[in-house]
Amino acid sequence: MRVRLHEVASARAGDKGDVSSIAVFCDGPEVFEAVRAQVPPERLSEEFPRLFRGPVRRYEIPHLHVLNYVIERGLEGGVNASLNLDAHGKSFSFLLLELEIDLPRDQETN
Amino acid sequence: MADPIQPPAGPGGRRVRIGCGAGFSNDRIDPARDLAERGALDFLFFECLAERTLANAHALRAADPRAGYDPWLKKRMEAVLRPCREAGTRVISNMGSANPAAAGEAVAEVARSLGLQGLKVAVVEGDDVAAHMTPDLELMDGEGRLGEVPLRMTGANAYLGHEPIREALEAGAEVVITGRCADPSLAVGPLAHAFGWAADDWARLGAGTLVGHLLECSTQVTGGYYADPGRKEVPGLAFLGFPFAEVAEDGSAVIGKLDGTGGLVSRGTVLEQMLYEVHDPAAYLTPDVTADFSRVRLAEPARDRVAVSGGVGRARPETLKVTIGFDGGFLSEGEISYAGPNALARARLAGEVIETRMREVHGHQGPIRQDFIGLSSLHGTAHDLDAPPYEPAEVRLRMALRTHDRDLAEALPREVEGAWLSGPAGGGGARGRVTPAVTTRSALLPRGLARPTVRMITA
Repeated sequence: MRVRLHEVASARAGDKGDVSSIAVFCDGPEVFEAVRAQVPPERLSEEFPRLFRGPVRRYEIPHLHVLNYVIERGLEGGVNASLNLDAHGKSFSFLLLELEIDLPRDQETN
Repeated sequence: MADPIQPPAGPGGRRVRIGCGAGFSNDRIDPARDLAERGALDFLFFECLAERTLANAHALRAADPRAGYDPWLKKRMEAVLRPCREAGTRVISNMGSANPAAAGEAVAEVARSLGLQGLKVAVVEGDDVAAHMTPDLELMDGEGRLGEVPLRMTGANAYLGHEPIREALEAGAEVVITGRCADPSLAVGPLAHAFGWAADDWARLGAGTLVGHLLECSTQVTGGYYADPGRKEVPGLAFLGFPFAEVAEDGSAVIGKLDGTGGLVSRGTVLEQMLYEVHDPAAYLTPDVTADFSRVRLAEPARDRVAVSGGVGRARPETLKVTIGFDGGFLSEGEISYAGPNALARARLAGEVIETRMREVHGHQGPIRQDFIGLSSLHGTAHDLDAPPYEPAEVRLRMALRTHDRDLAEALPREVEGAWLSGPAGGGGARGRVTPAVTTRSALLPRGLARPTVRMITA
């Protein structure tokens, strides 16, 4: 079934200079595997090309079901240069949670 | 049977209680006082210094040599110094900002006014490395060389580590005031002092860095930055408790908050904060250690208690990170709202008119931002503005630009306000402001060039 990440994961965004880091916390190992397979770092560049303008790296902590996306040039210049109302990109966690993934049917959330 | 919320005791059997009393300069003060009064803490630290905060503080110090430290320093000290002294809790903070010496004197003044004569206040200096900023210095992130930045430098500060804080505590300081130091070092200093950790005990320094990292944003580990109604509920968000950790000699810890405070400490809140502003979780760089959070284990031994173990580390970086601040001109913003039928079309028309006037009448050549708050502002750059997902009942136009020209900066809010009379029909609630801006760059400096010093003041 197709779900929005918001239904099966949480996220928290942080900033350092012009680098946005967005960690995704999956509701379990099955969701973690689905996100790992279906949200590769390049998907962020493809979905949001005007916002995320640099390379995206991804780090994993499998036993805690965490995927951490680190986006170079992801903050429109950073807190000192951006014209975005949210210059820290604190709301970008919920941009990622808008993405949809497919889960095996028996992984439907309750 | 051992108390289930205690971490395993180290060889000495002693556990250290350390709390966080602020996660940023404007943080709440009442939960810090609560922690000072009821926390039975060994140490209470206050993290108040963002990159931008420090760059602003340099500007204040340039205007007044007695200024440039955290504007809330005295209020915080008035709230916590007496209960801390009564409980034997020692205070550590980077509220010295661009002027640790003046901040130390201010703490001593507060202590005297509270009748706490004899309070020992240590001032850590040596983070100011402006003298080492040469034009050929290579900047991080491919920004070229320092001499190529066409802006006026306002200050340069190296991130110091835990060692001068430890030294201050070993000299008997009851309050330690620093300028720029790495945030987790505010916790690692006291832990290394209390347990006698060696400066190359990378495993313990890594574990201590994890404790500092989890605590340093105050409520972000006790339920702040977390609630999502319907999915992640947080009780008592208006009265979130500030966090503390009970740390064992090996650096493993239990994170908690005081009984009766709002919020929660759970696997979820701790895990989210563990990743906050972290890039590679196996290589979190500080001046003290290359910390590794990738093998951390979390357990929930009791309500609002999370046991954290498995934080480790490797050798520290050979260089220190330096933040260089520059005069960044002004950020200029203006907003006006439209509501009811055709609101979005009227807001768009206002935006076009104001942009035209900023370019053709005022001569602004740089970027001008147009946001439609409620429709496309925070995530506006990510989405296609030409295809709004719905017709809003009301929308707030926000316009923003950056410039070094004060007159130009002040023109934008005036033009937005002008849309009351001269813009589309029914515009209301115009507001605007001009904010002096700073901009920063980073560089790496050989460790030996920053020479931290510790000086004691007695109140």
